[in-house]
This record gives sequence, structure tokens and C-alpha cells, in this order.
Amino acid sequence: MVTLTIDGVKVQAQEGSTILEVARFYGFNIPTLCYHDELTPYGACRLCMVEVDDGRRTRLVASCLHPAKEGIRVKTHSQRVVEGRKLILELLIARCPNSKTLQDLASQIGLEHVRFKMESKDCILCGLCVRMCAEQMGSGAIGFVGRGQKREVVTPFRVSSDICRNCGACMYICPVVELQCRGVKSPGEVCNSCLVITPQCVEKYDQVMCTLDSCGACVQKEEE
Amino acid sequence: MTENAFEHGEVDKIIESHSHEKSALIAVLQEIENSYGYLPAWTLRQVSEKLEVPLIQVYGVASFYDAFHLTPRGKHLIRVCLGTACYLRGSTRVLEALERELGIKDGETTPDLEFSIQSVRCLGACALAPVTIIDERYFDKMTPTKINSVLKRVQRKNEKS
Amino acid sequence: MKKVRTHQELVALRNSLLENRDPNKPCVRVCISTGCRARGSLDVLQAFRDEVTKQGSGTDVDVKQTGCHGFCERGPVVVIGPKEIFYQGVKPSDVPEVVSKILHNWEVVDRLLYVNPATHQKVLCETEVPFYKMQTRRILANNGRIDPTSILDYIAVGGYQALAKAITAMSGENIIDTVEKSGLRGLGGGGFPTGRKWRSCREAKGNLKFVIGNGDEGDPGAFSDRSLMEANPHSILEGMIIGAYAIGVNQGYLYVRTEYPLALKHLQIAIDQAKECGFLGKGILGSKFDLDIKIIRGGGAFVCGESSALVASIEGKVGEPRAKYIHTVEQGLWNKPTNLNNVKTWACVPLIINNGADWYAKIGTAKCKGTAIFSLVGKVNNTGLIEVPMGTPLKQIIYDIGGGILEDKKFKAVQTGGPSGGCIPEELLDLPVDFDKLTEAGSMMGSGGMIVMDEATCMVDVARYFLDFLQYESCGKCAPCREGVKRMLEIVTNITAGRAKKEDLELLQELAEMVKDFSLCGLGRTSPNTVLSTLKYFRDEYQTHVKDKKCSAGICKDLIEYSILEDKCTGCGACLKLCPQQAIQGEPKNPHTIDPSKCIRCGVCRDACPFEAIMVN
Repeated sequence: MVTLTIDGVKVQAQEGSTILEVARFYGFNIPTLCYHDELTPYGACRLCMVEVDDGRRTRLVASCLHPAKEGIRVKTHSQRVVEGRKLILELLIARCPNSKTLQDLASQIGLEHVRFKMESKDCILCGLCVRMCAEQMGSGAIGFVGRGQKREVVTPFRVSSDICRNCGACMYICPVVELQCRGVKSPGEVCNSCLVITPQCVEKYDQVMCTLDSCGACVQKEEE
Repeated sequence: MTENAFEHGEVDKIIESHSHEKSALIAVLQEIENSYGYLPAWTLRQVSEKLEVPLIQVYGVASFYDAFHLTPRGKHLIRVCLGTACYLRGSTRVLEALERELGIKDGETTPDLEFSIQSVRCLGACALAPVTIIDERYFDKMTPTKINSVLKRVQRKNEKS
Repeated sequence: MKKVRTHQELVALRNSLLENRDPNKPCVRVCISTGCRARGSLDVLQAFRDEVTKQGSGTDVDVKQTGCHGFCERGPVVVIGPKEIFYQGVKPSDVPEVVSKILHNWEVVDRLLYVNPATHQKVLCETEVPFYKMQTRRILANNGRIDPTSILDYIAVGGYQALAKAITAMSGENIIDTVEKSGLRGLGGGGFPTGRKWRSCREAKGNLKFVIGNGDEGDPGAFSDRSLMEANPHSILEGMIIGAYAIGVNQGYLYVRTEYPLALKHLQIAIDQAKECGFLGKGILGSKFDLDIKIIRGGGAFVCGESSALVASIEGKVGEPRAKYIHTVEQGLWNKPTNLNNVKTWACVPLIINNGADWYAKIGTAKCKGTAIFSLVGKVNNTGLIEVPMGTPLKQIIYDIGGGILEDKKFKAVQTGGPSGGCIPEELLDLPVDFDKLTEAGSMMGSGGMIVMDEATCMVDVARYFLDFLQYESCGKCAPCREGVKRMLEIVTNITAGRAKKEDLELLQELAEMVKDFSLCGLGRTSPNTVLSTLKYFRDEYQTHVKDKKCSAGICKDLIEYSILEDKCTGCGACLKLCPQQAIQGEPKNPHTIDPSKCIRCGVCRDACPFEAIMVN
């Protein structure tokens, strides 16, 4: 067992565990997009970055990959970290504005507006589907292809794969495509409806409607 | 390139010459690209099968590196260096002149499969900037006006042979 | 070639080679490296071989092919030893005269000599040419002197003596101590202390370890690795063999860019020859030490210069870097301890073993010992490869060695470290070049690229150029680099096109700082450097683009206009004929005009005009 400090609190961790695993065990909230505890950590979304002081210097590391070491002092919400997370989320929403997961995460983090030219892609290249297909389903029918701006997740030659079993695990694990946000009214806007303290649906329905999946009550006023 | 038993055999030979090592994937693909001028889809499937590397990984590698192309290329490959030294000495204008002259963009091939344009970043011949290579022949201090006469020379040599 | 089995046999071989070589015999050394080769030096080499046979007895003059002398601007370069007469721009038609004059009592062909642009004097010897005189050539010392395809040439100048000394008289600990004491730091650009890296690798757990030589020099504008690999491949091998012996490694790899065919060829020849002579393979120099080195050709990706991406590439995967919380020296190639060094760093090792750590450390600065190699290119008079002690002021490099700015224009900035580096302005010209000083100034040493820029360079366009390069080369795995570089490029492009909003500069700064902190690998983390350094030192230029929509350097196409000066135009019509947009009008022998609505600012007319009558404003 090793002892380390997270946000001023002394915690204990099994040797070999990552900072993220320890933090989540103790209830510290570190947002992630490309992480799933049943899949190999990937370190691509960079939302899980935290500040680590190892006694000699302080640096930013990806908590999903960095080992929990004896004596380190971790800050999960320093200003540098929070500002950076906001900007990364802003960049991702500019790419995939209709993702409810991204919109909700943005609300939580206090992002209100996107300053970039909007696109309308539906993939943030987190690789969860690729790892799910390879590691949990034992298939490897899809993967990353292309470099940089041309990077995408496809099957070989973009045709039906003969090793795909249509299990749907890739869609299940995808944080972006599955849940669509329908509350964004103009480009660059962050919806801010579902996770505010007083959802609009309470006024209309006398109770909070968000226990139902994507009920759309928050946007019904507009449609009426 | 037509896919037939003979060609399959040639690709097999390449794979064997690297002792069927999975880590030799890039070297194998480089030799196939050398032979055919590009990587036909059937060669990727064969490599995946014989090297026992998942097809998606072979396809991923083929699409990641600049040395590989998944569509046929022109008979004459024109490489324009856009490295810093060449850029500062005006190589983008050479590229633009080429694109205008041949009617295709960087990375494309003329419909008659005669010419392909490929911009590259630094060939290590910076003192000769701007550098253009046509069919492995280096041309130093290239300008938009010179490019036209050079192209005509290449085409004429072509017609003769 | 016979196997050399002991240190004594090596010494005897060298002595017999030296005895059989007449030091007074004229030797014509022709550079056949990529730069001179592109200017036809192979034909020059053949012409010399033919002429020497024709004019003399065939044995009174030696003709030798060599690698890069470094002064590529003046190629094809030919040096006649032992008097070291330096001829530049030699053509095959010059050869008969050169040969007859040598045979005729060492007469000289005046017109081929180098002329010092400052004194207008002709210079006879290579060592007197200011470009060379002010350098301290240690790593590059034998470039241009030996035939890179001849191991005997290398042995004759003392090659493999360091290896023999290391294997027969030193222990692994000894060797690592020596390298540590020398203060050698990685010349690939990272500047990590080499001895310390070797020690960590040696102490790492496990018996199977690897060494790698990084020859994937992808920085546009840098060609020092290419030059060394082409001109003196054995120096790199010798260093790797010594290092492998010290760390306890039996398998090495040389990773070389596929865009360097001559380097690949010469390295393979060197490996085959080294094997034949017993410097590679089983039981090297009579010891129990075995080593094999294999060449791996890059697939064409700048990111593979980064060590974890390079390792992935050798494993047959895409060049995606990996977060470095576990160092390559502990878990690298196939998760085994791996010591990766740049080819220049490896080439320093034999020098250190032969001459001692103190010799190496006696030049340089307190924290950066030895020499640094730079590819000096851009708007300087003398472009080429140079080697200077660490700590040499930038001003000296650019003005004394580089000969000052081309066409007497004004110096504006020097860009170092390639796309990961930054721009250094005039006020910092006294900066001594070493790893730390360059990093402090917001740039870095990197691969040694040093690009000099004059007043006709737009710094915003330079930032745009490097961002464009990095966007193309980014592997795309992590969000900050992939999305961040893209948006920085978008903003800077808008600025160059006159579409910028006033909040853009702050947004650019914010993006740059986040990408620097949050990216997964060195490519992403250093990608904002050019933006950050140009924003810091040339902010007014950005402001002019944003507020006034003007490009004072006359580069940004959307912000400039071409026009013809009436008093200079003779109406020759050269421009009219070539204009691809038919934007030029005019009667013969009368001043022509350009229609700005049709003009695409392609520059063809400016190139063609013999009277400099076309102006940019």
C-alpha cells in the first residue's frame, strides 16, 4: 500500500493502481471521456489531467495512466486544470455539438459559450468503441485509420466487416452518439438545461422529468 | 495491378523474405508499394492473412504513413518540397503553378495516370531551395516559370520512349 | 576483408594502411552527398576518374568520393589534398583544366576558388574559408575527408580504436562514468544527459535490452543527421557498439527516414563491412560480446522522431506516442529496457573514449559541454552545416560564419529547433546557443535547424506555416493537439487573410497555453512554441494584421496588391504572356497594368520581369 494526498486529503492506494482509480474510490470527481474501468486506459481525451507534486517539481499528468506513487500530492481541481478542461470541452463541443454527454459535462464545468466555428461531427475519437470491440468482444472489427485531421474509426476499406457480429457494444459504450441533446438553439450555445438546479420541466409538470431518459420535456416549451 | 496467382506468389516472397515477422509489417508494405506503385487492397488482405496481423491494423498502418498510397499513382511522381527553407524561398508558388498546369491538387494524380503531385516536408537539401524532384531527379532553385519547361521535357522524353 | 580479432591487429592494420598511403600524393575529394549530387557531382567524380587516367599515368592522382563537407550552397564541392585547395561549383567541363594544373606543379584554377564576400579576396585552402575557419569541427571532422563506403578509410583516420580500447581495457561502469563526466547531452534536441540515460538503462531490470539510433530527422530545414549518416556512417556504428557494450545490449536498431535513400545505402554498406571485419556480430574483438545492428526504414511520419512513436513504428504499429510515466529506458521496445539516442550523440562517443571526458568538456558552457551542430539556412549568404562550441553567440554564427544577411537586407528573426522551436528576435542576437538558453528564450535546440529570416518575412505567416506542418503531422490521438492545433491554425489563417476578430489574439494565447500543458507527447506540447514566441516578440505584427489588415512584409496574399511601376515597365510583355489569370493588360512597348480583381498574387509575373517593375504593396 502507498500513501498519497489528493486535494489535501491523505489516502491509501494499492501499489500499481492509477491516480484516477484511487481518486474515484474515495469519491473525488475527476471527469473523463475516453476512460472505462473495464477497458485499458487510453489517455486521449486529457480531461482527467491533474496536478502532481512529487517533491521535486509539479507537473500535469493524465490520472488514468499515472501510477499512484508514495508521497505525491495531487490536485484534481487547480485553476490550471479547470481552465484547461473547460477549453478541451469547448473544442470537443465545437466538433460534436449535439452530444448530450458533452453538453452535460460542459454545464457541470461551467462552460457557457463556444468561441469556435461549429462543425457537426459525431465522433470524438475517444477509442472506447475500438477497445470495447477488441478487448471485451474479442473481435477487433473496427479501428483507427488515418492520421491527424483524417483520423477516424472505421472498418477495413470502409465496407461491412466479416468479423463484426452486430453485437452493438460499440454503440452502447459510445459517450457521444447515443444521447443527443435537443436543447441547443443556436450555434455555439451550451444548452445548460438538464443539469441546472431548477430544470424547466418542474414549472410545466410539477415535478422533475429527468428521471426519464431523454424525455425532451426541457425543450417542449419551444415546440408548443 | 491484376490480382492473380503469380502476383500472390510475388507478395508471398516478400513476406517470406522478412521471416513472417509481425514487426516487419511496415517493411513488407514498403516493398509492395515499391513493386506496384501503391498498395492494392488485395495485397493488404494477403499480408494480414500471412503475417497473422488483424486486417484493421494493416489497414491502419497503410493509412497512417506518408510512404503508402491506397490508390494508383502516376507514371511520373513530382515531389515539391515545402520544408521551411524551401517555403521561405517560394516553393508554394511552384506547387501552385504545378497544380494549375496539371489541373490537379497536391496529393492527386492526373486522370490519365501520367503525373502525381506530392508535397513533401524537407528532403535535407535545403541549400538548393526551392527543391523539386521529378522521377528521382533533383531540380534546385525551382521557380513557377521553370516548372513548365521541365514538365514539357519530361513529357517529350516520355513520347520518345 | 579479414576479421580483426584483437586490438593489436587493428593497430597493425591502421599502420599498414598509413604506410601504404603517400601523404604528399594529390588526392581529389569530390562530395557526392545529396546536396552536391543534386547539382551533378557524380558526373564531376566520373570526369575526374577519366581525366586522371587520360592525362597522367593513372596512379599519380587519387580520386575519392566523400560525404557532405557542409558548405552545400557552393556545391559541387571539390577539395584537393594534401594542400586542401577548395574548389566550389565545379562542373565536368572544369575537370580537364583542374587535373592538368595539379599535375603541372600544383597550379590553381582561380575562377573556381571561393571569394570572401567581405574582403573580396580569393581563398585557397578549405581551412581559410571563413565558413570553416570559425567552426570547431569535432563530430563533422572527417566528413568530406573519408570515403563513406570504405571502412579502411575510417580505420586509417583512427576508426574503431575507441571500440578496441573500450572492449579490451574498460568496463561498462568505466565507460558510463566517462560519458557522464564528459557532460554529453542528447543532440537530438532534448538535451538529456546521455551518461545518466545509459546508467538507468544498464540498471533497469531484465536481461533483454536494446539500443536505438534515431536518424529520423524530420524537422524541415535540418539536415545534420542526413549529412553525418551519408558522410561518416561508421562513427555512428562505433558509438552504438560501445554503448551497447557498456549497457549490456546485444541487439541494436538504426531508425532512418525513408526520405534519405543515400544515408540508408551508406549505413547498410557500413554495417556489412563492420560485420566482415568483426566489429559487429559474435565475439567482437576477441571478447565474449555479441551485437547485431539492423536498419529500420521509417514509413514517413514526422511524429516518429518522438521516441515512443519510433518504438511503436519498429514494432510494426502506427506511430502513436505513449504517455511517458514509464520511461523508455525501463520499458521501451517490446516493453524491454531501451536506450535511444540521436545518431549525432552516438557519433560523439568514440571521440570521448579516444580523447577523454575532460577533452570533450573543455569547450562549451557550464551546463552544456562540447559542440553543437546546426543547419544554417534561409536568408544568409553562407548556408550549410556548421559545428560550433556550445555557448557561441547567435550573432557570431549568423554574421561571421553565415556571412550576414542575403542581399544586405535587414535581419528580422532566427527560427531554431524546427516546428517545436520558436523565433528569436534581433534584441536577443547576443544569446549564447546552448540547450538551456534557447529554451529560456522560448525556443529550443531541437534537431539543430537554424533558419534566418529577413525583413521580407511575415512572422504571422511563419507561425501559420509551422502550425500547418504540425497539423498535418499530428497523429491525432489526443484532443488538445488534434483540436487545439487545428483551431490555432484557423485563427492564424484568419489573421493572415484579414478576417481576424479582436478577441482572436487572446483566444490564440489561451489555446497555446492549454495545448502546451495538456498534450500527450512532445509534438503536441511544443506545437504552440512558434505561436507563443512570435506573439511575445512580434505582437505588433499580429496587431497590424488584425487591426489594420496589413502585412508589412508583403507576404500575406489577401492583404497585398501587385502593381506595375510605370516608370520601370518597358512593355516587353513577358508578364502578360505568363499570367495564368490574364490579369495583365497593355500595348507592346507601353507600360502594362494589372487588374487587381483578377490577380491571384501567384508571383509568376514578378519572377519573369527583367526590370523589377512589379511592386508589392
